[in-house]
Amino acid sequence: MTTVAAPQAPAELSREERRRLSEATRAERRFGWLLCAPAVIVMAAVAFYPIVYAVYLSLQRYDLRFPQQTHFVGLSNYGVVLSSSIWWRAFAVTVIIMVVSVAIELVLGMALAMLLYYTPLWRGLVRTSILLPYGIVTVAAAYSWQFAWTPGVGYLAGLLPAGSAPLTSQWQAIGIIILAEIWKTTPFMTLLLLAGLTLVPDDLLKAAKVDGATTWQRFTQIMVPLMKPAILVALLFRMLDAFRIFDNIFILTKGNNGTGSVSILGYDNLFTALNLGIGSAISVLILIAVAIIAFIFIKGFGTAAPGTALERR
Amino acid sequence: MRSIRVLRWHNRNLRRRAAAVSAPVLLAAGLAACSSASAGNAVTLNYWSFPDNSGAVQQAVNECSAASGGRYTIVYNKLPTDADGQRQQLVRRLAAHDGSLDILGLDVTWEAETAQAGWILPWTGADKAAAEQDTLPTMLQTATWHGQLYAVPYNTNTQLLWYRSDLVPNPPATWDQMISDAEQLARQGKPHYIEIQGAQYEGITVWFNSLVASAGGSVLNASSTAPSLGAPGMKALQIMSTLAHSPAADPSLSVQQEDQNRLAMEGGTAAFEMNYPFVYPSMQTDNPQLFKHFKWALYPRVYPNVPSHVTIGGIDLAVSSYSAHPDLARQAILCLRDRPHQILAAVKGGLPPTLMSLYNDPSFIKAYPFAAAIKTALLSASVRPKTPYYQNVSIVISHAVSPSASINPGSTLGQITGGINNALADKGLVP
Repeated sequence: MTTVAAPQAPAELSREERRRLSEATRAERRFGWLLCAPAVIVMAAVAFYPIVYAVYLSLQRYDLRFPQQTHFVGLSNYGVVLSSSIWWRAFAVTVIIMVVSVAIELVLGMALAMLLYYTPLWRGLVRTSILLPYGIVTVAAAYSWQFAWTPGVGYLAGLLPAGSAPLTSQWQAIGIIILAEIWKTTPFMTLLLLAGLTLVPDDLLKAAKVDGATTWQRFTQIMVPLMKPAILVALLFRMLDAFRIFDNIFILTKGNNGTGSVSILGYDNLFTALNLGIGSAISVLILIAVAIIAFIFIKGFGTAAPGTALERR
Repeated sequence: MRSIRVLRWHNRNLRRRAAAVSAPVLLAAGLAACSSASAGNAVTLNYWSFPDNSGAVQQAVNECSAASGGRYTIVYNKLPTDADGQRQQLVRRLAAHDGSLDILGLDVTWEAETAQAGWILPWTGADKAAAEQDTLPTMLQTATWHGQLYAVPYNTNTQLLWYRSDLVPNPPATWDQMISDAEQLARQGKPHYIEIQGAQYEGITVWFNSLVASAGGSVLNASSTAPSLGAPGMKALQIMSTLAHSPAADPSLSVQQEDQNRLAMEGGTAAFEMNYPFVYPSMQTDNPQLFKHFKWALYPRVYPNVPSHVTIGGIDLAVSSYSAHPDLARQAILCLRDRPHQILAAVKGGLPPTLMSLYNDPSFIKAYPFAAAIKTALLSASVRPKTPYYQNVSIVISHAVSPSASINPGSTLGQITGGINNALADKGLVP
């Protein structure tokens, strides 16, 4: 990102001139490194160190209550986690939440992006109202969902038959968690898709129209292929986020009744069971899962890596 | 802890009495101050405990600070409302050797792990004797680990059987009798549900523990090294399963906690309720009509000839190992839980006291008409499994027995035994 590209030295330059030029380049490059050093150091302190420390902890038998009994156990924590049905149940719940919520968000987000792009009236008002949920703190929003679904006090629970407590049944609660996720992050999807939509040249759409393409054909044959990089980036971002879902579940159900995601499982093992070894192993496995998702998207689907989104199209 | 409900009972007589008793204490402590403390700056003692909104704890803190004669000032720091949140905050601070904790309000299930971890100091000598004086022996059991007293009981709580005398003139003595009474009411088309905590949380672990103890068993063996359970465990699971499949079960049993039970009883659909005393003043205000028939009895027995042993709850006060002033902290604790302040907490804060003589105090009985029943229940109460791995053990139990309709006594017992073995070995994951 900040490395300075060496200018191509023309062939007719003398050796002396070339040497002087490369010296200047080297100095420039050193200066470049110096400029980004503070950022690299901060990144190392806040990102690399915790990750390395988590990997280190995950290789230990380490109970927060009995630190004197800590010892190295190799990969056995990973064996315990991966052979546990509890981990795979949480993994399945996480994948279901991720796939369902991201799929619905994509459809809704696309529709809203179209609406935002083509809306003739009150564009500012429409955009603001669509973005509103994204501006609310997730935990605050999750609390209001929780109240809404609590029998006796909630306006949504009041619509259900008497005696039903949807947050205490597994599938209903997962449905509510997905709903809260969709409500919350569809605006984010919309924003990313809107950016992609602006990349579709108007002339192309007009030309297609003249050629007799229907609205649906223009959408599927022209818009979607041209928007593909934006769609893939949006999907990648949301899937990475959705896989690490924590706050909505923590407030809505605390992961009870089989609604816990892998992040909730990691939290419970770290902070309730105080088992730093197992908890760290779960965290590292989540990191690996997230890396696999990103790898599939970038290598498999050719998604532009974050930061290069627009150049690659 | 979840099962302690804060009640606000107002009884002018008792409050006056509390004020009267604290005067001599103030004097005595003031005299003691002269002998030990270097005059001048008072030490700050940080007291971390459950959030009490009645003002009883804050008042006790103020009075004890004043009574110390300038030796210490107690600062009351409120922990989160839910038990898990309280424990997480305390544990994280203690694990980091945080010196800003002096006095800790511990739920009765946390003493084993905090003591084993070396985070709280044992009580010995005169302080120990003062702490044990007149204190409920069952509560002292919760505060004892490996034969040493690690904390001092502050308040307590336990469940009674609440029933409607217009439906059942005589309260049932056993679970079998209660279920058959309820079935008969059902046949007559009358309100008949039995209200009990059936949701997947600590409350159902309490139910299971009460049944196992009442059947003459215990969840863990005496040395807390292995599950005990056996025939009493089997009997407990059979009762839970029988209730879940009988018409006596509330249809929402599997999602009910203490408050849903209270609401069902107040709503008039239930005939029986196993719950803490907070339901009594609540019924009085919410449904005065039903209140006339709202009576209490001891928790039902499992076998007609064996007294029931209902699970005890409450808060014990402990001194942090990282406190800079453990001796002052111990003195402050003894003041915070002395007789006048226990009366204050009971009357203003609504939590039953841990000093036995208070249960015979006429003004106390006036505020707690069921004081005698509570005392009987507390004296024969059972303690939840005492182990540093209690959280894990409790999660194993609550996940195995809720929803109770899917209990299969034989295989569920095996599941619990295996789960507890893993938990005690600190193996595997916590769901």
